[in-house]
Amino acid sequence: MLSRVGRIGLKSHAAIGNVSLAPLVRHYSTAERDAFRVREFSEKYLRHRKAQFTEKMTLVDPLHAPTIPIYRVTDSAGKFVDSSQDPNFDKEFAIDVYRKMSVLEQMDKILYDAQRQGRISFYMTNFGEEASHMGSAAALQDDDLIYAQYREAGVLLWRGFSIHDFINQCYGNARDIGKGKQMPVHYGSLEHHFVTISSPLGTQISQAVGSAYAFKRARNGRIVVVYFGEGAASEGDAHAAFNFASTLRCPVIFFCRNNGYAISTSTSDQYGGDGIAGRGPGYGVKSIRVDGNDFFAVYNATKLAREVALQEEPVLIEAMTYRLGHHSTSDDSTAYRSADEVKTWNKKEHPIARFRTYLIDKGWWKESEEAEWQKNMRKEVLTAFSEAEKVQMLAPREMFEDVYKTRPPNLIEQQKQLDDHLQHYAEHYPLERFGMTHQKD
Amino acid sequence: MMLSMHALKLSVQLARQFHCSSTRFAALTFSASHADPSLGETSKMNLCQAVNNAMDIALKSDPSTCLFGEDVAFGGVFRCSVGLQEKYGKDRVFNTPLCEQGIAGFGIGLAVAGATAIAEIQFADYIFPAFDQIVNEAAKYRYRSGGLFDCGKLTIRATWGAVGHGALYHSQSPEGYFAHTPGLKIVIPRGPIQAKGLLLSCIRDEDPCLFFEPKLLYRTAVEEVPIDDYQFELSKAEIVREGKDLTMVGWGTQLHVLMEAAQIAKERFGANCEVIDLKTILPWDADTVAESVTKTGRLLISHEAPVTGGFAAEIGATIQERCFLNLEAPITRVCGWDTPFPHVYEPFYLPTKWRVVDAINKLSNF
Repeated sequence: MLSRVGRIGLKSHAAIGNVSLAPLVRHYSTAERDAFRVREFSEKYLRHRKAQFTEKMTLVDPLHAPTIPIYRVTDSAGKFVDSSQDPNFDKEFAIDVYRKMSVLEQMDKILYDAQRQGRISFYMTNFGEEASHMGSAAALQDDDLIYAQYREAGVLLWRGFSIHDFINQCYGNARDIGKGKQMPVHYGSLEHHFVTISSPLGTQISQAVGSAYAFKRARNGRIVVVYFGEGAASEGDAHAAFNFASTLRCPVIFFCRNNGYAISTSTSDQYGGDGIAGRGPGYGVKSIRVDGNDFFAVYNATKLAREVALQEEPVLIEAMTYRLGHHSTSDDSTAYRSADEVKTWNKKEHPIARFRTYLIDKGWWKESEEAEWQKNMRKEVLTAFSEAEKVQMLAPREMFEDVYKTRPPNLIEQQKQLDDHLQHYAEHYPLERFGMTHQKD
Repeated sequence: MMLSMHALKLSVQLARQFHCSSTRFAALTFSASHADPSLGETSKMNLCQAVNNAMDIALKSDPSTCLFGEDVAFGGVFRCSVGLQEKYGKDRVFNTPLCEQGIAGFGIGLAVAGATAIAEIQFADYIFPAFDQIVNEAAKYRYRSGGLFDCGKLTIRATWGAVGHGALYHSQSPEGYFAHTPGLKIVIPRGPIQAKGLLLSCIRDEDPCLFFEPKLLYRTAVEEVPIDDYQFELSKAEIVREGKDLTMVGWGTQLHVLMEAAQIAKERFGANCEVIDLKTILPWDADTVAESVTKTGRLLISHEAPVTGGFAAEIGATIQERCFLNLEAPITRVCGWDTPFPHVYEPFYLPTKWRVVDAINKLSNF
């Protein structure tokens, strides 16, 4: 800066000695002399966002900046607050939404218990987040590509992935379309445009941006939606994804499920800013915060976001919700939060109950139907469950498939080694569960 | 306009900075290869130009192909992508933000959606932020989904290896880290003809590939490269020099060190060394190496990367298992020391031709 001062005809730094810089700076920042730099900074550095100089030294204080409001359509009792926001569903659609949310809840209850009984190795429930899954999925085109974290089974259910498919995956049996290779709840379906889930958090966020870029180039009218929790949003991949989507103008919706906890870590230990939605504008990404327990709010926001995304602008949706269940079957959440807190959310803010009120108000559902519906649904899930339990696993040689498109020589050799070993030590392995019998040469 | 002029100057500076000076590296002699005449008309190209030519063909032959990374739009800091944005458009050849994990994740996503993705990591030393995306994601995509989804159309290119003065973070050879990852293919060419044919194979292969380009050879290595579209088979090693007394295996720049050492050994003590360019690190061609060792009875493996946990260990263990009855001397590794890659001590760090000659001598007299 001082050399520039020299260039514009003022005394050099050496010549002015220890004279205060203040008068110089003031002289330098006249509007006329600033014009070039302000224009350059605005146009080149800030994407035409108008910046100005200020002589007032002020730190931007996030605690005194306005927070992003939570968009809602219905209140906690399921009543419309502003009727202009009612998307006016027909009866059939609304009942379908309700049924799918409750099937998800029922499936969660049964599979959670199954894990407790040791019948499947692991499970993660979706309790309390059903409306955010269904509300967003319903607002999308069915061939929009989904990247999920792991607590979005409702999106897949909405698209018609069957109860059998879910349970077969959890068992890893021969009917699992993932061929038994991943832990339970790591679903995927090409047919339903739902990219197979993986455990490493946040990795899918930047991948979704790449797929969205491919869709933009293909001009196929599809967008990509990527789900993640508020904890995963702390990963470096989230930063990469928001930034890439913004600079490369990708048709992608970032859907953050902010449920208050990442396992035991509460949001106060997760971030210091205005949640996740508060980060969007910093990346130049249009953002909205919604009541994640309000099906209508999630639906409306996702519908709007989809239109914006199609204009090659990414959108960030932060759905505020609450994780009613434990993090997973390996977690006891009472170790870090009170049972009362959970009870209160369960009672006062349950997304399914809230939607049921709406149906009852419309006269489309009766309290008396509920018990019968619950009973039938439970039976259906249990039937699928007992069927899946009887299906064997694929033969162990499947383990060597799909590492590469074709098996390289080392894998062919290793598979032979395993076959040979099993010929001689079969009795020490659970072959009967893998469609093989114990036989010795 | 001013910005691009500035960028151009910067690139020349960078290219010079990471380009070997002839005096410093007078010790390395490049052994040029000759292309199979059946591949047709040739043109003189250095390694940069051969890579550029391969990407040009890839972009032309498949309209879904995108090339991206840090500073690739104006031609790349090593000039490998010069002219490609002008030719194929800003939506196909473009800069990304400066974030390696993002580049890898973005590339995977493109490939998952069915597009061909060529991602550039500016230096192999900076591939580690993308390690998670490469190892946990790219490598396992097909397997974990039971074949429903894959990112086989992804190729990640990175400049690789010693350059004379690159010190810790412009010299590394990280292939050993990735070789422990089923699902990946790892390829390293020794010169322009190989670079073009192997890179086109990587780009069109149905599995995710890492393609490491020896930056020391970018400008020094010049060959008559076929101008047409051609590919070389992956996972196929090549016997570059035939011999009967001892087998030497290497890849990338080190192959030329081995060739020189073989010549010196021949002249000084009459050893006939067979030199094999492994080319593909994963999945590697154990058959070609084992056949050679069955014939020669002696094996020397050499790479720039540190010896402990380096890929030579894998080759050594496998060949020991397969050729136990043929081996007449212990398998020997001539590699970088187990230190970070140093600046001023580089001449003493590298597995030089004299260290190789020394090892050949000891092996021959075992």
